[in-house]
Amino acid sequence: MTDTTPEPARFNPLVNLTLARVREFLREPEAVFWVYAFPLVMVVTLGVAFRSRPLEVCRIAVARGGLAESACAVLDRDSRFDARIWSEDECRRRLRSGQVDLILFAHSDPAPRYEYHFDPTRAESALARNTVDDFLQRAAGRKDVVETGERAASEPGGRYIDFLVPGLLGMGLMGGGLWGVGYAVVDMRIRKLLKRYLATPMKRSHFMAALMISRLLFTVSEVLLLLIFARIAFGVVCHGSHLAVGVLILLGSLEFSGIGLLVASRAQTIETVSGLMNAVLLPMWIGSGIFFTTERFPEAVQPLLGLLPLTPLIHALRGIMLEGASILALGADLALIVAWGMVSFFLALRWFRWS
Amino acid sequence: MHLAVECTGLKKTYPGKPPVEAVRGIDLAIAEGECFGMLGPNGAGKTTTIGILEGLLEPTAGAVRILGMGWRDHGRAIRERIGISLQETKFSEKLTVRETLTLFRSLYRSGIAPAEAIARVSLEDKADTWVKNLSGGQKQRLAVAAALVGDPALMFLDEPTTGLDPHSRRQLAEIIRQLRRHGRTTLLTTHYMEEAERLCDRVAIVDRGRLIALGQPRELIARLGGRHVVEFSVESPAAMRLPPETWSTLPAVTGCRCEDGVIHLSVTEPHLVLPALLEWLAARNWRLASLTTRHGSLDDVFVGLTGRPIEPAGEANS
Repeated sequence: MTDTTPEPARFNPLVNLTLARVREFLREPEAVFWVYAFPLVMVVTLGVAFRSRPLEVCRIAVARGGLAESACAVLDRDSRFDARIWSEDECRRRLRSGQVDLILFAHSDPAPRYEYHFDPTRAESALARNTVDDFLQRAAGRKDVVETGERAASEPGGRYIDFLVPGLLGMGLMGGGLWGVGYAVVDMRIRKLLKRYLATPMKRSHFMAALMISRLLFTVSEVLLLLIFARIAFGVVCHGSHLAVGVLILLGSLEFSGIGLLVASRAQTIETVSGLMNAVLLPMWIGSGIFFTTERFPEAVQPLLGLLPLTPLIHALRGIMLEGASILALGADLALIVAWGMVSFFLALRWFRWS
Repeated sequence: MHLAVECTGLKKTYPGKPPVEAVRGIDLAIAEGECFGMLGPNGAGKTTTIGILEGLLEPTAGAVRILGMGWRDHGRAIRERIGISLQETKFSEKLTVRETLTLFRSLYRSGIAPAEAIARVSLEDKADTWVKNLSGGQKQRLAVAAALVGDPALMFLDEPTTGLDPHSRRQLAEIIRQLRRHGRTTLLTTHYMEEAERLCDRVAIVDRGRLIALGQPRELIARLGGRHVVEFSVESPAAMRLPPETWSTLPAVTGCRCEDGVIHLSVTEPHLVLPALLEWLAARNWRLASLTTRHGSLDDVFVGLTGRPIEPAGEANS
């Protein structure tokens, strides 16, 4: 008996192809863990490691002898200092191993004299030297010639975690798109499932679209989770339009699904595709500004880094979230994201091997 | 009578050093409603031929028409009306039988309900089981169900029974017979000769990229393999060294070969050849070491045509 009654939802190819991808993903507990838990673990770890410390405590080893006792007593008056007296050898050992930032010799003979031993290449060491010297000099009666004033800048938006979250969003979109699409395609190719689909009247565009839509569903929920978590745990807020962030997430997800499709368009084994993925991902992990700004790289490579698919995405996300920029002001970034997505999608369609 | 499959001068050469001529000129005409078997040893070109007919491979030369249409202009229309079971497709492991069939059903404009496809291959008990928990035979039945679900006029089954246990093979054979009863055309490949004999209306025997025989199994056996086979060995080594033609002079013998110390005679009427053989041996004072007679098979046809057995020992099930 032929069943020709139209049942739009039940037998819609796009819905069914997408549903199959979603089911397969949800039935893979490890995949679910890595997709959802990993970015959160990353935020927590980095957020804690680089948390803003209200007062940087200088760890000082005071060498025994001379005015050690009194110098130590002076420093103890301020909570910024953690000063202890050790033998000279122990002091040196502690500086070498990074347990203290500075060694203070307080000589009394012939006249009171402070001598600092520190590693000038270590920022906290150099900082300790200046802070301690400044404090001891004032305690000894030095007067400032010019009056100074200061204000702490630690409101949300200026901290490392605020900088980090948009980077991690971009990284999540990149990893999700590349691995999610690329791995699934090669797996189906190995199983000859792609060839089996080709043997049906399936439209190729339906197949590709289902891959991208299912990916979109996962990454959008993944980054939303990340954003909500960052807000609750670290008070990370978005200074710009939420809609604009949403649009960027959408574009970023499609961009990297396209690139994932391209990377996997001809690969015949999981090993090949893993190698290709890593080759594509590595430059962006380092050079697209996930963890630190790309301005740290030499001037000459800056334009190249700017062209990487992830760089404009992270740049635009930071612009909106940190500086409240309008999405219209980020036209160049958007154009680059869309260009990467479209070019790789069409190349993938062209080169795609079904068997 | 309409033709479901028609191909002429089909050739496929895979580039390489040296190039591999997998198919070297095959003509086929399969009528609607026919169950047609393609037989041959591994590497004979069966899968390449069926792949070209299925529109999954581009032939190097030759013309193909499926259900009266050509692949180039009517690819999608053909796809809507054929069902394919490839050799070793691994469906998504974490989808159930029902989900897999609903997905495949959705790819066709019309077809049968997934539940009906499940019933046709008797997988009702396993409808909600993940594919990875199915046995080999159940997976193969699922593959056939996925080919059935678009209600095709023409089915391609590439080695549907290879590697299965006898019970699963019988089940699949029954499914294929059912298709025939429903008036569907089936093209299947196999290297199990007896299966083809039982299932197929006509068979084509393929070897080294060419058709070497085509016809109804019984007719082929009668024509090329002999309706019966007499196998015997003689105690005297001298007898075994005689040229095979010696035995052709016996009445009703149509073919003869010697293999592993056993002489195989293809005969039309055993009751004529047996007394003559015994008399001939007695006259020379030679004694039989063994003697058996059996019905001829497609295996005998293949051996008769190529001088080789279809499945060399040790390569079974490969």
